[in-house]
Amino acid sequence: MTALTVTYALLFYAATAVFGLGLAYRIWLYAKTPAPLKIPTPPAPLTKSGVAFRLAREVVLFESLFKSNKWIWLFAALFHAALVLVLLRHLRYFQEPVWEWVKLIQPFGLYAGFAMVAGLAGLWARRFLVERVRYISSLSDHLMLALLAGIGLSGLALKYVERTDIVALKAFALGLMRFDWQPLPAEPFLLVHLALVAVLMIVFPFSKLLHAPGVFFSPTRNQVDDARSRRHLARWAAALDQGRP
Amino acid sequence: MAAPQYTKPELTDDLVIPAIAENAMAHSKPFVAKPEHQQPLGFPGELVEDWHDKAIAKMGELLERSRALRVFLDSCVKCGACTDKCHYFLGTGDPKNMPVARQDLLRQVYRRHFTLAGRFFPALVGAKDLTREVLDDWYSYFHQCSQCRRCAVFCPYGIDTAEISMAGREIMDHIGMGQKYSNEIIGKVHKFGNNLGLQEKALRATLEGLEDDMEEETGVRIRIPLNEKGAEVLLVTPSADFFASPHIEGLMGYAKVFHQAGIRWTVSSFASEAANFALFVGSYEQMQKIALRIRQAALDLGVKRIVFGECGHAWRVAYSFLNTLAGPWDFLDPAYPTPQHICELTYDLIQKGVITFDKSKNDDKVITFHDSCNVARGSRMGAEPGGQFRIPREIIKACCNNFVDMRADTIGEKTFCCGGGGGLLTDDLIELRVKGAMPRMQALKEVVTGRGVTHMAAICAICKSQFTKVLPEYGMDMDMIVSVHQLVSNAIRIEPAKTM
Ligand code: SF4
Ligand code: SF4
Repeated sequence: MTALTVTYALLFYAATAVFGLGLAYRIWLYAKTPAPLKIPTPPAPLTKSGVAFRLAREVVLFESLFKSNKWIWLFAALFHAALVLVLLRHLRYFQEPVWEWVKLIQPFGLYAGFAMVAGLAGLWARRFLVERVRYISSLSDHLMLALLAGIGLSGLALKYVERTDIVALKAFALGLMRFDWQPLPAEPFLLVHLALVAVLMIVFPFSKLLHAPGVFFSPTRNQVDDARSRRHLARWAAALDQGRP
Repeated sequence: MAAPQYTKPELTDDLVIPAIAENAMAHSKPFVAKPEHQQPLGFPGELVEDWHDKAIAKMGELLERSRALRVFLDSCVKCGACTDKCHYFLGTGDPKNMPVARQDLLRQVYRRHFTLAGRFFPALVGAKDLTREVLDDWYSYFHQCSQCRRCAVFCPYGIDTAEISMAGREIMDHIGMGQKYSNEIIGKVHKFGNNLGLQEKALRATLEGLEDDMEEETGVRIRIPLNEKGAEVLLVTPSADFFASPHIEGLMGYAKVFHQAGIRWTVSSFASEAANFALFVGSYEQMQKIALRIRQAALDLGVKRIVFGECGHAWRVAYSFLNTLAGPWDFLDPAYPTPQHICELTYDLIQKGVITFDKSKNDDKVITFHDSCNVARGSRMGAEPGGQFRIPREIIKACCNNFVDMRADTIGEKTFCCGGGGGLLTDDLIELRVKGAMPRMQALKEVVTGRGVTHMAAICAICKSQFTKVLPEYGMDMDMIVSVHQLVSNAIRIEPAKTM
C-alpha cells in the first residue's frame, strides 16, 4: 500500500463524510424551519401534484431561467445536462457488473464532457463580459467555476491526453466502497482529477452549490396556492393565536 | 423639504438596460422614524447602543422563523438572471438596486455570522461585518425595494428579494432605525382603524357626502352604510377610497354594484382600512394585530361575508395571509371564499346578469390595465390560477368598448411595479418613485402613441396615488389613471334599490 493510495483513500472517506453529513444538516435545517406565510409566486398550482409538476419543470427544464435570460439558460442547461450524463457515465467505476444502460450511455458521456466544459466557459465568460454580472461576482464565484472547469478538463485529459489505467482505477474505487483498499495508479491527471472532485464534495455543503437542495425548499415555488381554503399556521405563529378574538 | 435635484429618466422607444452607475442612489433615504412612531409599535425609539449585537441576534431569530430567508440566503448562485428585472435598477442604474445585489447587503452579514465559509474565509465569499456603512446601505437600499416580487418570478430558485428587504427592515425596526412613513401609519391604524386617522364622525360625513353626489348623478339614493349590524357583507377598503380621486370614484362603483345586486353591506369604522402596512416592515406580529381588527369588526357587526376593495397589498395580505393571521373564519358563510375581492364579486354578478352596463358611457376612453404587483404576484382571484389577471380585464371589457393591453412582458406576472409600493409612497422618496416608475411609463407610452390609449385602470390604492403623482412627470395627464370600479360606476345601469 503506497502512501498515495492511503492519502487518497482517506481523502475520499473524509470528503464523502463532509458531503453527506454537511448536506444532511443543511437539508434538516431547511426542513425544520417553518414557512410562516403562504408566498407562492403565481400563477401557482392549486394542488400538491401541481406543485410537484412545477418543481419538476424548474429542475429539469429551468423554466424560470428560460423566462428570464436565454443566454444564461443555454449555458446553464448545457452544463447541467452534460454534468448529469457525465455523472451517470461514472457509475461504471462503482459497479460490478455494470448495468446495461450505463454501458449504453458511455459514448454520449464522452461528448457530454466537452459540452460541460463549453457550458462552463459560457457561464464564466458572462462573468467578465456582462458588466452587471461582473459586478455581482465574488472571488468564490470564479473559484467555483475554476474548480468545475478543472474537473472537466482533467477528466477529458484522462481520455484524450494520457489515457489512464481504468482497470486499476476501478479496482481502487470498488476497493474504497468495500473497505478493501487497492492501489491507485499514480498518474498526474488522474490525481488532479480526483483531488478536485474531493474538494468539490467538501465545499458543496458550505457554498452556493446548496442551490441544488434549496430549489426544492423554496417556498415561492413549492407551496400550494390554497391560502383561502386551508389555514396555514407555523408552530411559532400558533403561539401568537392565544387570547385573540 | 428641499426637493433634491435629479434628472428624470427619458422615455425611449424600447426599454433600455442602463449601464451601472455605482452609488447613484446611495443618498436616497426615507425619513427615520422618531420615538413617537417607534414606541407605540414596541420598537426602540432610536438607534440602540448595542445595535450591532442586537441586529445579529434578530437576524438569527428571523432565520429560525422563516424557511424562505434561510433557503434564499443560501441558494443564490449569482447567475445574474434577476439583474435587469427590477424597475428601480432600470430607472436608476444603481447596481445595488439589482435584486441580487440588494440581497447581498443582507447576505454578506449572514455569511459572516452564520456560515463557516464566511466566518473563516470572509474575503473569499464576500462576507462582511455589519459596520455603520453597511447599516446605512441597508437603510438606503431596503427602502428602494417596493417588494413587488418581479425578481422572484425570474429567479431560477424563486428567490424573493421582497422577503429579504422585509427581514432587513424588521431588523432595523428592532434596533431603533425604523422608517417614519410606514410606522407612523401602522400606529394610526392601531389608534383610529385607518391609515389616515379618520374618525367615525368624519367618515360618516364623508360617506353621506358621497351618497348625495351619487343621488345627484343617478337620481337614486345609493347608500354607503357605516357600522350597520346584520349586514351581509363587510367591505374593507383602503382609506384612500374615502377621500381622494380616482379612489373615491371606485368606492362609488362598489356602492352601485351592491345597490344593484340588492346586497346589504357595510363599512366598519373600527376596521376602516384594508391596507396592512405591517407587511412592508416585515412584522408578522404587527400584521396580525391589524388583521385582527377585521375579525373583530366582522364579529361585532355579525356579517356573513368579507369583501376587500381595490388595494394591491391589502389583497395580498387578505388573500394569502388573512386565514393564517386571523382565521379560522368558520362563522362566515362557506358558500363564499373568505375574503373575497370586490372584482370577484362584481364579475360573478356580471356573469349572472345581475348587473348590466351601458358600455357607451365609457366610449370617451381607450383603456389599458396596470396589473398591480401584489395582486399579480402575491395573490389570486377566482378559482383558476391566473384569475387575478383575467377577472379585472373581463370586468373592464364588460363595461368598456375599447380595451388594449400593454406589451406582454410588462403585464401579468411580469408586470412592472408602479414604483411607489412597499411603503415608499412618501414625498421623501420622490426621486426614487419617479425613476422607478420609468419602465411602467415606458410601456404605457408605447400604447398611448401606438394604439391611442387614453386611460390606465388599476385596482390598487398605492398605484393610483403614485400614478397621479408621476404621470405628469412623464408629460402625461394625472387623470389618465382610473379605478376599475370607476369604469363600472360610469356604465352600470341603476334601478331603484331592491332591498335596503
Ligand atoms: S436570479 Fe436568483 S440565483 Fe440568479 S443572481 Fe438573481 S437571486 Fe441569485
Ligand atoms: S422585489 Fe421588486 S423592487 Fe424589490 S428588488 Fe425585486 S424587483 Fe426590485
